[in-house]
Amino acid sequence: MPTRTVAVGSSSGLHARPAKLFVEAAAAAPVKVTIRVGDKKAVPAKSMLSVLALGAKKGTEVTLEADGDGADEALDGLAALLARDLDAEEPSDA
Amino acid sequence: MPEQAALSGIGVCAGVAAGPLLRIAAVPALPPPAPVADVEAEVGRAVAALAAVVAELTRRADRATDATVAEVLRAEALMADDEELRDGVREHIEDGKDAVHAIDAAFAAFREMFEAAGGYLAERVADLDDLRDRAVASLLGLPMPGVPQPGHPYVLAARDLSPADTADLDPGQVVALVTEVGGPTSHTAILARALGMPAVVTCPGILDVADGTLVLVDGATGQVGVGVDEATAEAAIKAAETSAAAAASLTGPGETSDGYAVKLLANVGSAKNVPAADEAHAEGVGLFRTELLFLDRAHEPSHAEQVTAYREVFAAMAGRRVVIRTLDAGADKPLPFLNQEGEPNPALGVRGLRIARQRPEVLTTQLAAIAEAREGIDVDVWVMAPMVSTVTEAAAFAAAVHDAGLPKAGVMIEVPAAALRAADLLKVVDFLSIGTNDLSQYTFAADRMCGALADLLDPWQPALLQLIGICGEAGRQAGKPVGVCGEAAADPALAPVLVGLGVTSLSMSPRALPAVRASLAGLSHDDCKRLAGLAVAAPDAAEARKLVS
Repeated sequence: MPTRTVAVGSSSGLHARPAKLFVEAAAAAPVKVTIRVGDKKAVPAKSMLSVLALGAKKGTEVTLEADGDGADEALDGLAALLARDLDAEEPSDA
Repeated sequence: MPEQAALSGIGVCAGVAAGPLLRIAAVPALPPPAPVADVEAEVGRAVAALAAVVAELTRRADRATDATVAEVLRAEALMADDEELRDGVREHIEDGKDAVHAIDAAFAAFREMFEAAGGYLAERVADLDDLRDRAVASLLGLPMPGVPQPGHPYVLAARDLSPADTADLDPGQVVALVTEVGGPTSHTAILARALGMPAVVTCPGILDVADGTLVLVDGATGQVGVGVDEATAEAAIKAAETSAAAAASLTGPGETSDGYAVKLLANVGSAKNVPAADEAHAEGVGLFRTELLFLDRAHEPSHAEQVTAYREVFAAMAGRRVVIRTLDAGADKPLPFLNQEGEPNPALGVRGLRIARQRPEVLTTQLAAIAEAREGIDVDVWVMAPMVSTVTEAAAFAAAVHDAGLPKAGVMIEVPAAALRAADLLKVVDFLSIGTNDLSQYTFAADRMCGALADLLDPWQPALLQLIGICGEAGRQAGKPVGVCGEAAADPALAPVLVGLGVTSLSMSPRALPAVRASLAGLSHDDCKRLAGLAVAAPDAAEARKLVS
């Protein structure tokens, strides 16, 4: 199964705004994506509560996993998003 | 509570308003567990309650005018719209729990994980509780906890207001605030002043008033008339409007009736506040808070970014004075890039100028940005440091300001030690500016956010006035300016006392300026000195107020 391991790039960790952006992107992916820290239980990447509960900080390595058509593309996109420092980017005008 | 009553509290934002009273809806209590006959129907009810919470948060986010507030609300909606949460609820119902208790249990599982993770996540536990309370309220057919949205004007009553309660408070619906606790420097008071909304805090009895009762709120006197009739309310509002209009018609520089000049300045956070200052005929800016640029930032803003932000204010204030305060971080305003977590007592920790002990480059960068920002603009820039305690600190700061090529250096008086040594401080700096909110907190050893100690934080406390008097006298001796930029400056009754104590400028929210200008114009400089003497000699704050009014 395709997997990607990436260190969280956002300075506040995978919390608040970075978590929201990640979960929204995962929910929009065509395949079911899971995320885990180390050997801990994998949780659905589109579950905001589960993603927050990972408690991933800046530099924490997280592993994404998905299967099916488009899994590789989806994982590449999500891994790239996680690696960015989303705190440093201004919120778009909501 | 009888149908008619006169309650009284501490007025924290002048103005008169009336409307039906509505209180912040309370958190619903969990009913006793009920047996479940139809599991699928029960799951349906629970899922619908969660969906109602998501819909309500999304609606509020759509309506929020502030992008940050909207984003926070959307993140909360996303937490309630969670498949894992719904799965958890279903499992608990299949195990025999009713919808209310299944929702409670499903949130509790995440609550435990958040608490175990600690740090930032542990603080988010309150968000989970809030979402659970909202879902439970929806199931029980109760109003969702929080600020009501009745769609008509009303007076909001609460025990106290938190930033979360008021993040998207709609000034189109809420006409006044009344809280049972809270003090003059509480979040409620700060919010009210920012919105220019009449507000009374520390008002016992307000929560016993029935929802929908017409109340009349006077934010200047702190009086709350309960069960007044429409005609009385209208007459009171009209009278207040007339006197506000009279105050607003008075323009020009601040002075007493016999022509003693008192500079009336505005507190601003960015160029966005300058139009309001102009409208109130402010003679300049007495406090430009630079920390707004730094808040919620993972990294220190760059030199160029700072230059742009400062330049906007300087350009808008061309020809006038701008007193700019260097970064006032720490305590209630922690900044992520400074890594200040873990101070056991942040209000007594490394905050304000003290940050320069560990991170001198933050100050150097800021001073260089201020110097560059004023280039080519005809503006009288004064620079001051917050949280100064000693002459040594003041001298080092003044040297840094002058090294950056800036002409005027001053310090804030927020620590009693600094007030006591005001004369020595004025040997090394060009001016003083008294921050009365913090000076109260440190003089009375009373946390600014502690509503139970509101009486100690009253700016009319004679001991506080005495310290201000020491600074005023030092300024007079040295022939150097001494300003007040705390909320005390915005109180039209207290302003003459401050002037009598030797204060030469008053800086406040622009909305407060007209009433203060009118108050000074009605008294001579000798009157001010006489009132100052009475207030300082009074045995307590209440008596000081009574003697002066």
